[in-house]
Amino acid sequence: MKRSSFAAPYGLWMLVFTIVPIFIIVYYAFTINGAVTLDNFRMFLEPEFVGILTFSLWLAFLCTLLCLLFGYPCALFLAGRDMRRATLFVVLFVIPMWMNFLLRTYAWMTLLEDTGLINRFLEWIGIGRKRLMYTENAVLFGLVYNFLPFMIFPIYSVLVRSDRNLEEAAQDLGANAWLVFLRVTLPLSLPGVVSGVSMVFMPAVTTFVVPRLLGGGSFMMFGDLIENQFLTTGDWNFGSALSLIMMGLIFISLGILHRFNPDAESNGAVW
Amino acid sequence: MAWRRLRMTYLGIVLAFLYAPIIVLIVYSFNAAETRAVWGGWSLKWYAELFHNKSIMDALSVTVSVAALATLASLALGTLAAIGMHSMRGGLSQVFVQVTNLPMMTPDIVTGISLMVLFIFAKAPRGYGTMLLAHITFDVPYVIFSVLPRLRRMNKHMYEAALDLGATPSTAMRRVIMPEIMPGMVTGALLAFTMSLDDFVISYFTSVRTANLSVLIYSMTRRKVPPTVNALSAIMFVTVLTLLLIQNLREARAGKSKPKGAGSQ
Repeated sequence: MKRSSFAAPYGLWMLVFTIVPIFIIVYYAFTINGAVTLDNFRMFLEPEFVGILTFSLWLAFLCTLLCLLFGYPCALFLAGRDMRRATLFVVLFVIPMWMNFLLRTYAWMTLLEDTGLINRFLEWIGIGRKRLMYTENAVLFGLVYNFLPFMIFPIYSVLVRSDRNLEEAAQDLGANAWLVFLRVTLPLSLPGVVSGVSMVFMPAVTTFVVPRLLGGGSFMMFGDLIENQFLTTGDWNFGSALSLIMMGLIFISLGILHRFNPDAESNGAVW
Repeated sequence: MAWRRLRMTYLGIVLAFLYAPIIVLIVYSFNAAETRAVWGGWSLKWYAELFHNKSIMDALSVTVSVAALATLASLALGTLAAIGMHSMRGGLSQVFVQVTNLPMMTPDIVTGISLMVLFIFAKAPRGYGTMLLAHITFDVPYVIFSVLPRLRRMNKHMYEAALDLGATPSTAMRRVIMPEIMPGMVTGALLAFTMSLDDFVISYFTSVRTANLSVLIYSMTRRKVPPTVNALSAIMFVTVLTLLLIQNLREARAGKSKPKGAGSQ
């Protein structure tokens, strides 16, 4: 028996559970009642739906930006040479990710709700209650909270593996700390930034749980729209077209990101 | 020195942000009052109630058993696939790598929906079985991408040498290849298990009759979340904390300083 045939069961599995399902989606996207048409995609061009897409992209963009802004210093400090007990700190950053995603989001609901702790604190110091839940900011907040570690770890793992002698050489050659960071550390960390950005942006743009829970359904995101087509409206054809649009979007953005990645063999979704 | 303190403060603030909601949940799990609006004194009653809550206990066992079975199945399927892919020639191996990449790049919601449509097409009732099939499907790539690099790094001639020395192919496989790829298999299995435990989106679409924890919690947040969920979170958190600390202590004692978290390679 040839050893390459070991992969046959897997090949069959993927054919049935990955390739065929995608073809079914493609079939639905390009037909209505069995007749081939582009109407499902044409329907998407209505301002309402384009608006939902732009809103999702915008929110995911903001989320990625905030994660990068807050996450990059974390990764940098964690990878610092004089960082004592770095392992312990890294584990501390990992632990929250092991909590169930739904539980973490639910935890924020208890903090942000009208009678939640934050509001009671605001009341106590005399500012008075604010509406925190079911706002755009609550959704953004929840997204950043859930995805921040996905930005920190790729950057951290690249920085920790990078050659520290380069930084020292730059210092010896007269660069100050800021210049060393700008010209040596930052460029070296770019592969990590690229995979961090893709690991935050992708799930952020496709999520439907966080906006549903923290936005209370008042902010439709692209993921919600797709879910609605299949589970509420029952319009599989339009839903399939939307799914294909989303997949296309993801592939295009991954392709663009890949171009920025000097390290061609990036590890994709696994950090 | 001031710079160092500043950095530590920053890390502390971010950690506080990450832990705040978890700590709040744990504190509320000891709240005797039914609602979160009032503090009714310390109590363990939600913990007692948790173990009598059938829907939560059922969901917990579904979550763990699906994760365990999916991990085992994807470990077998994925390890064999990696060995097979490793001995393939260029073109075919590229096709397999791309196909393995596909589910990792596809958004969860699209994977979930396409599998849901497949199951409805096949007239398979969506429950435990379909959820398990779906979990195996998204788990296998993690195993393959953990095992394949180990195979590539391995000395090709070791296997041949074993054969020359009289080992049968299956002995050579067991005694030469398996020990080489074992660390990759462990990483892959850990990743698969974690992904499976945490999955909401794909389970949500591929199972209607059986709920795992994520799906159950989701349906609870649509209505009213019972305080027992707080107790559940506290137990889960302490379990994870203990496991990770034990693992890290063991590694520290073994003299290895490499951090090993949820999925660090």
